[in-house]
This record gives sequence, C-alpha cells and structure tokens, in this order.
Amino acid sequence: MSNQEPIIELRNINKSFGPIDVLHNINLKVNAGEVLCLLGDNGAGKSTLIKTLAGVHNPTSGEILMGGKPVHFDGPRQAQDAGIATVHQFGGTFPLMSIGRSFFAGVEPTKWYGPFEVFDRKTANEIAVKSVRDFGITRIDNGDRMVGGLSGGERQSLAIARAVHFGAQVLILDEPTAALGVKQAAHVLRIVNETKRRGLAVIFITHQVMHAMSVGDHFAVLIRGGIAADFRKGERSREEITDLMAGGETMADLEAAISGDA
Amino acid sequence: MNKANQDQPPSDIEDSQTSSDSSDGSSKYAGLFRRPETGAFMGMALVFIVFGFFGYEKNFLSVIGSSTWVNHASTIGIIAIPIGFLMIAGELDISVGAVLPASAMTLGVTSGYYDLPIWIGITLTLCIAAAIGWINGMIVTRTQVPSLIVTLATLFAVSGLTLSLAILTTNTTQVALNAPGWAKALFGGRYLGGFRSSVFWWIGLTACFIFILHYSKWGNWIFALGGDKESARNAGIPTNKLKIALFMLVAVCTALAGICQAIQFNSAQSPTNFTLIFNTIIAVVVGGVLLTGGFGSVMGIFFGTLTLGIVQQGINFTNIDRNLSSLIIGVMLLIAVLMNDTFRALATSWSTQKKKNGGDI
Repeated sequence: MSNQEPIIELRNINKSFGPIDVLHNINLKVNAGEVLCLLGDNGAGKSTLIKTLAGVHNPTSGEILMGGKPVHFDGPRQAQDAGIATVHQFGGTFPLMSIGRSFFAGVEPTKWYGPFEVFDRKTANEIAVKSVRDFGITRIDNGDRMVGGLSGGERQSLAIARAVHFGAQVLILDEPTAALGVKQAAHVLRIVNETKRRGLAVIFITHQVMHAMSVGDHFAVLIRGGIAADFRKGERSREEITDLMAGGETMADLEAAISGDA
Repeated sequence: MNKANQDQPPSDIEDSQTSSDSSDGSSKYAGLFRRPETGAFMGMALVFIVFGFFGYEKNFLSVIGSSTWVNHASTIGIIAIPIGFLMIAGELDISVGAVLPASAMTLGVTSGYYDLPIWIGITLTLCIAAAIGWINGMIVTRTQVPSLIVTLATLFAVSGLTLSLAILTTNTTQVALNAPGWAKALFGGRYLGGFRSSVFWWIGLTACFIFILHYSKWGNWIFALGGDKESARNAGIPTNKLKIALFMLVAVCTALAGICQAIQFNSAQSPTNFTLIFNTIIAVVVGGVLLTGGFGSVMGIFFGTLTLGIVQQGINFTNIDRNLSSLIIGVMLLIAVLMNDTFRALATSWSTQKKKNGGDI
C-alpha cells in the first residue's frame, strides 16, 4: 500500500499571513482508501491547513500534488473541480430546503417541457435518497423532506454522500463529530469507513482522540503550525496521542495545572 | 410491521423502530400544512369572509366593488413578489418607495413634457430602474453593508434626485401624460367591468414568478442563497450575480408598476411613496416568507397581497371605522409572523413526528 501513488501529497507547505507564520514545512501523504486523522489543539493550524487544501488559501511556499502532479487552486471551486470536497461541521446543507433540492443545489438536474427548462424534482429526489441510503442511512426515504428535520449525523451523512456522488477523490471532514452525541457520532464514523471502503482519501479533522482512533489509518498531530508526530495505526497508545495533542505536556501535568497544584 | 422495514439493507444503523413508511394516509393533509402559503391562504379566506359578510350590502363582492380592492392589490403585488424573492435570498429592498415615483416621473417627463414617443419613455424608464437596482446590488454585494441601510440610502438619494430633476426640467413636481391608445390599453386600461391593466400584469407576472421560484433552477439558487450563503457559494452558485439580478428585478418590476400608474392616471407625481415600502413588506411577510430568508412561496405572497388589498380597501364597504384597517393589518402581521414560525417548525419536524408515530405502532 505504501508503494502506491498517494492521491494527495503536501510537500514543504509553508503559509504565513504577513509576519505571522501559521504553517511550516508540512509534509503529508494520503493514499486512496485511507483515512488521515489530523489532530491538534485549537489554534494549531488545522483550519489553515484544510483551507489551503480546499483552495481558500494559497500556500506561501511548497506544493500540493494530486496523483503525482503539482496542482494550483485559485479558489474553492477549482479545488472542488479537481476532486477535493470539504464538509464542514454543520454539514453545508440548507435546513429549509428539501433533501433533493439541497443535494443538487448549484447543479440542478433539469428537463425540458417545450421551451421551459424545469427542475427535475423526481430525479433529484431519487438520486439524493439513493445516495444517502447507499451509505446505510435508510431512515431517509423521501427526498421532499426538509433537511432541517434530519438529525445532525444525518445531515453530515447527506453532505458526505453529496460529495461522493459528485466525484470527490479527497474528502476533508472538518470536525464532523464535534457537535454530535455518541450515537450520532457513531453514525458519522461508519459513513467515514464506508467512504474509505469506496477508495476515497479522507482527511479527518478532530480533537476527539477516540473518534480518530476508531477510523484512522494514519495520524498527524499538528502543534503550533508544524507536524509534531506522524505515525500509523497502532504505533501509539491513546494516552500518548492525547499528550501530544495537548502540546507535548503529559496529561498528568495538565491535570495538575487545572487543579492549581503546579 | 410495514414493508419499508423488511426492505432495509443489513447495513442499516438506525433501529427499525425509528424508520417508518412515508405513505401513511395523514401525510397528504399534513403536507398541505407544511406549505408556506397555507397560512396566507387561511388568513385571506378569513378576511374575505368577514368583509364579504359585513360589506355585502355595499357591494364588496360586486364586480365594481371587488375591482376596487383587486386594483389596489395589483400595484403592491407586482412589486411584492420580487421583494419576496429578495427576502427569501436574505435581503431587503426599501428603495421601491422612491423608484416608483422616479419611474412615473421619468416617463412623464420624457413622453409627457417633452412629447417623445411613449416607447422611448418606457424603455428609458425601465433602463433607469435597472440601473438603480444594479447600484443597490453592487453596493450590497461589494460592501457587506446590510441591504436595509443600503436601500434606505438609495431611497433618499433617488427621491431627492427625482424631485430636483423634476423641478429642473419641468419646474413642477407633477407632469401630465397622455399616452397613445395602445399604451393606454396595455398599461392603463379598464377591463371586465373595472379591472385595471395592472391586475392582468400582476396575474401574468405571478405565473412567471411561480415558474422561476418553484420550477426553474434559479429558484433553487435563491432558496440556497437565503438558506446558507457560504454553502451556496461553495456549491458553485454565483451568489453575487444572483443578488444583483434580484435587486434589478425588484427595480424593474417597480418601474412597471410606476408606468401603469402614470398611464392610468394620465399624470406622474414625484413625492416618495413611503406607504408602498410598508405595504410590500407586509404583503410578503403575511404571505409566509421568512424574514431571515430561505423559505417562502409565490402563491403565499399573492394571497398576502390580496389580504392587504381586502383589508385596506374593503373596509370602505363596511360600517367598520376605516381607521381600524391599520389596526387589523398590524394584528394580522403579528399573527402571520407567529404562524410562520409554527409552519416552519412543522416543515422541519417532519421526521421527529414520524418517529413518534413509528414508536406507537
């Protein structure tokens, strides 16, 4: 597996905003059918890194390669066309629109009635419902339902199914489980596994170590804009990862600091 | 239990209890209650019955009588639907109060005072309105200043400009306009015993707008834009262009209403029409459009406008003190906003309700 060409690769990515260096020397590879968990505390540079990947920012130096070829994005749209899809915490869906309409926002299927180009609601609903059901969310059975009536996990699943349907090769999930309860989070983690099984490269951003460990193949811990640790599944224990995320201090030190003994 | 449960693939994560068949008998009626225009229709039916009952003696329901309130509603309606589009897209436009007299005056000055052919006047009027809409849209999309403030500014700017240009060119604030027969027939005629041309424009435009909002892909873009601007842009919808187009649509439709007014009354007046601003917003909100955007329907706005027409004009047909019409409008607006919240809750709680049903079985 390690010999294969990674779908996406970052080489020596640096990013600074004016005098402030946010990312330095980031090197990462993600293969097809693999989940890279990007862990890090708040302010570690996770958001900047995914925005760079998603075409929102351009790296100050370094290059992004897709399938071995260097790529350059002038905007999120170009990154999407290249197959990089980002799903944000709140799903990127429209609560007061139907599932079918929300699924196809911006790329509506249409059919012609004489001179009129009409939104093809039936096709949109069928495809949307089928795509989500293929991920095992069978509770969604009617494309006319409002997205706002779905649970948080279902909305995440809908957004992921949408990205996969529109041909994403790299799926960036920005804290998809952060606002969810245990059952809903399990829901989303299963979808992540299913996405992986379909051969996509998944970049999973989280600060919940348990969620990362249940789906991740490969882990990178980001501290103050640099990669502090890069390891594969099973190479570190949960405690070690938690300590790394806290910035290298051990959990025991942290606990002491919290209780005021230090 | 039901068929849907047996068909579930083994990968189903949800426990079978929560998934239930969608084709239960009550859903047809429940679906009706989830539509944004249901509340607007019920409100209209209520005021219609009340005014029809108390105004029956004074011919509220006769052709002449009903043409009074329908004519009144039509001017508001032509403008209210595009305003509703903007509100669904999450913006507001109050500059219509100045664009209407500005359009009427443009036509009055070019084709009335200077006697240019009416088609030149109409074309110029529509172009100037489109330019005002474009300016509104550009400022709103480029600066992040709330559209309420931007259009408040253009409201005053345009109304000042209209008055001063009117004085400059004609030395009055009111000009006479005598339109040729075809223009009179098209924009200012009376048909079927009293209904103005604007009524037919209103009905025709309503049909066009129903198509645009509910059946074309642009409608989907408008809902998406109002639902979540950032996601809409990420989905590849040209959000800024769409917004500018909507501001232009509002201004052009307002100009059309202004043209109809000027031609039907044979004169154009320049004072700012502040009542129109409130009337259009009330019609849209009573019509079930969500103030925060993302939800609404053309038929709802249509019903909302009719409701307004009935209350504002129909009160003259009853023995009710006509000063109370504002009170009735105020109360209706409040009820409409509260009901809209309920309907929206119903619309989004579809699955939660089903969950309950599923549990009972």
